[in-house]
Amino acid sequence: MSRVRVATPLGLHIPGTSVVHRAPAGLKLALLAALGTVVAFVREPLPALGLLGFVAATWLLARLPLRALRQVRGVAVLLVALGAFRWWAAGPGAAVGMVAGLSAVVLAAAVVTATTPTDEIVAVLVRGLRALARVPLLGRVVVPESFALAVALVLRTVPTLLDVAQGARDAARARGVRGPRAWLLPTLLRTVGHAVRTGEAIHARGLLDTARTS
Amino acid sequence: MTAPATTRTPRRTPAERARDLALIATFAALTAACALTSVAFSAVPVPVTLQTFAVLLAGAVLGPWRGTAAIGLYLAVGAAGLPVFAGGTGGLASFAGPSGGYLMAFPFAALVVGLAVRAAGRRGPLGTGVAVAVGVTAATALTYAVGVPVLAARTAMDAAAAWTFNWGFVPFDAVKAALVVVAAPAVLRAFPMLRGARAPRALAPEIAAA
Repeated sequence: MSRVRVATPLGLHIPGTSVVHRAPAGLKLALLAALGTVVAFVREPLPALGLLGFVAATWLLARLPLRALRQVRGVAVLLVALGAFRWWAAGPGAAVGMVAGLSAVVLAAAVVTATTPTDEIVAVLVRGLRALARVPLLGRVVVPESFALAVALVLRTVPTLLDVAQGARDAARARGVRGPRAWLLPTLLRTVGHAVRTGEAIHARGLLDTARTS
Repeated sequence: MTAPATTRTPRRTPAERARDLALIATFAALTAACALTSVAFSAVPVPVTLQTFAVLLAGAVLGPWRGTAAIGLYLAVGAAGLPVFAGGTGGLASFAGPSGGYLMAFPFAALVVGLAVRAAGRRGPLGTGVAVAVGVTAATALTYAVGVPVLAARTAMDAAAAWTFNWGFVPFDAVKAALVVVAAPAVLRAFPMLRGARAPRALAPEIAAA
């Protein structure tokens, strides 16, 4: 019941049937966290390259296409800049050790994201929130069941807001006004207005009440 | 979920809870939309987006609790594998990368701005603007205080070098913070109901009694 179906062309998940795809989401996330902890202590180039090789093997095992790499674009640019800086500051060995170690974690995270459907990760998050909700004081604030509804709402709202911003920009251009002030504030006011109406709609349909009792 | 009902704490009405959820989700979506709207500056190798603008705005407009929840939800949606982080990236790779510390500091940044605005109480647009200015300055300092050491630790740079790298972002962050100082009081004035918010039940007694 906690599984929310997130159907979106936006997702970074790439379906498949490999061992990596079939491994439980919780296990993959735990291994990723373990790898991140190990890499934080690895500074030498050879062990770092070993870890990177291990992650690359997982990548091949999952038979992921190259387009799965698009989620690491931003980090890759940053890594190249930092690697160049490190080479200049501390020499090639240190630069290779750093870039290889960080690439291993980033690539492993990309593998987890690409082989795990979004709704399974959401399910793991909901399970985590359930555990949090059992903590005495937090239990009053954290409501795991409304989390799934909120995630679905975010996905629905992003394109709406991009439309709202475009509309406000068009309106500003029609008035002959330029610059961000002419469209930023109208966009924000419409955004809050949209949220208030959405809240009324959720209340009218009693969606939160069902989320609470089911 | 059966939270034990206590008599001394006021419950939020179902309508208010529905509105809170919609506001939290909408501001999480606004942060995603802002992160996807990138402004290219040739001087920096990283795309500069309006992401931090939305993070600070969520705290200023929604208050500490809903603001933190909105940014936490944004990070959760990104962690779940949707490309909502700066430049259309997403997934856990963004947290694992060198700039992951900045991401993890965002909910706390929203919390700090929200607390500053709440501490100032209900004032005119100018007073609110001053509170927002103090809040965004403290929140940006906090973001750096978390982001820079993580950057230094993950790249084996020494702290001084990491701070030098960080200075490249400061002018852009200043512009975005200034936009929040201009925008937040106007939004709060247009929607007074946003400030009628009470803290979550568990933390409300002293506030409700006042």
